[in-house]
Amino acid sequence: MLLSRLRRITFFDFALVLGFTALAAFMSLPIIFILNHAFKPTNELFLFPPRFFVQNPTFSNFEQLFLHATNATVPFSRYVFNSVVVVTMTLVSVIVVSTMAAYVLAKYRFHFKQIILSMITLSLMFAPETVGIPRYLIISGIHLNNTYLGHVLPALASPIAVFMLVGFISQIPNELLEAAKIDGASHVGIFARIVLPLSVPAIATISIFTFQGVWGDVETSTLFMQDETMRTLAFYVNSLLSGLQNSVAAQNVAAAAGLLMFIPNLIIFLLFQRKVLETMIHSGIK
Amino acid sequence: MNTELSPGLTKIVPQSSIRLKWNRFWREIRRDSFCYLFLAPFLICFTAFIVIPVIMAATLGFTSYDGFGSLRFIGFDNYIMLFTQDVVFLTKALPNTFMFALIVGPGGYALAFLFAWLIHQLPIRIRDYYTLAFYAPSMAGGVALSVVWIAAFSGDRVGYLNNFLLTMGWIDNPIIWLQNPKYLLNIMIIVSLWISFSVGFLAMLAGLQTVNRELYEAGRIDGISNRLQEVFYITVPSMKPQMLFSAVMTIVTTLKAGAISTQLTGLPITPQYSGHLIINHIDDYAFIRFELGYASSVSVMLLIVSYFAMRFAYRLFGSKEEA
Repeated sequence: MLLSRLRRITFFDFALVLGFTALAAFMSLPIIFILNHAFKPTNELFLFPPRFFVQNPTFSNFEQLFLHATNATVPFSRYVFNSVVVVTMTLVSVIVVSTMAAYVLAKYRFHFKQIILSMITLSLMFAPETVGIPRYLIISGIHLNNTYLGHVLPALASPIAVFMLVGFISQIPNELLEAAKIDGASHVGIFARIVLPLSVPAIATISIFTFQGVWGDVETSTLFMQDETMRTLAFYVNSLLSGLQNSVAAQNVAAAAGLLMFIPNLIIFLLFQRKVLETMIHSGIK
Repeated sequence: MNTELSPGLTKIVPQSSIRLKWNRFWREIRRDSFCYLFLAPFLICFTAFIVIPVIMAATLGFTSYDGFGSLRFIGFDNYIMLFTQDVVFLTKALPNTFMFALIVGPGGYALAFLFAWLIHQLPIRIRDYYTLAFYAPSMAGGVALSVVWIAAFSGDRVGYLNNFLLTMGWIDNPIIWLQNPKYLLNIMIIVSLWISFSVGFLAMLAGLQTVNRELYEAGRIDGISNRLQEVFYITVPSMKPQMLFSAVMTIVTTLKAGAISTQLTGLPITPQYSGHLIINHIDDYAFIRFELGYASSVSVMLLIVSYFAMRFAYRLFGSKEEA
């Protein structure tokens, strides 16, 4: 009897996993499409309805992109370098700054805390593209045009990151923090030794969407950078793609560039999502 | 702090009460100075790049401004017009947004939790790939939308859906899905549900990871018999912060949705305003008619609506202190 019950459960589980996998396969269609699209020859690029799998894979799209890039006024490597610098700086500083802010917001009581919290919540509705002009005025007012800080600082104001971290840090048991305080740890020590390591799942999640946002962002390059050598890869790719919706020429360049922009997102996602699963908040407390 | 002492003091020497309070305030500020120090970097950027620009933009709501001429201050006229004369807003944008948000919000939220929970039941080695699959539509963004759905709902014979229905013999002529006001809003809802596995979904997955596993054992001893009870009595209460975050993000994304109708139909204004959401209304006035003052007042309205929706989410999942 026990055996039959076990079998029924496993059959149900099996069906569930099967259905779930089918759904997952359907959801991942865009990835499959982007991966295949970049290798399609021109005649396959224009098929409608689009075909997901490439029939005659070719590298010519990447050759075209490479040719296009070598003819640009600013070398392609400069855009890549800018993007890497900006993304690294932003990622590190967003993590540190947001975690610091979230730590005190989650664990201490002080004046103005409620007002700051509700402002953060409200600002989640904020859409940067609607306030381009005021932001430009501020950036040029503090002379951040054509500097890396002009890319980084606007991204530092990340209410989503702080809001998410406040939730996670409030779950860290107070006993842990008190124990550390008794052992003589300073505020900075508690932050660096306990809060940061224990909020790794949240930090990993934040890294994923911050990376995605900064890597694909063209706003700072368009509005705050007038010097072409300070603009990022996303801007370059976007300038290739703009006005391409209905044109035939350079569609193949666009396809290759799309893959180029997508691959780092994918890598970062796989890298950081694994970190989410490795941490256990409650492992330190009995 | 010393709440016992100060009221008595204020009664005896009322003239110094303000100074006493002020002193206490400063003492507390100094005591918590490290809090402000920790907050400072974020708060400075936050104020400079979000608060100030938003306030600058919001004041436009009280003006009549076309982006070129001079600003003219007109008080609450924009708001009065919005609620008395703007027929498109009252009969199309508002009901459409209401229906869209009511289905996509709770629906997307429930689906995100369901799938996050199901993924959490899988063996740890393959979880990443399932997460990636569900996150793919939000990660790929517009590409995903145009490739999968525009092709699926294309109005001609070769569109996937028409093709299927025709070969099955259920329809005689291809249906123009995306341009027909009857279908557009429903298609927008389906597509939005498909891309609703974004940040909130990731937060829920991370939240599931933080649930103390010993609680499940304790629950089993206390008489929890099935998985459903486990979810309701242990999992959800243990990950309240993530449920709250996800709920707020869902509210934000559903109220901010609007680009989707443009992406699907390729038109800034949908046929007969059938897929017209509040954001489309704002874009219409801001970027087509250049009535920036009016557009700004509509945005402020939307912000107020979102605030009350968030209060509701806090009521459900927030701790008492924050509600």
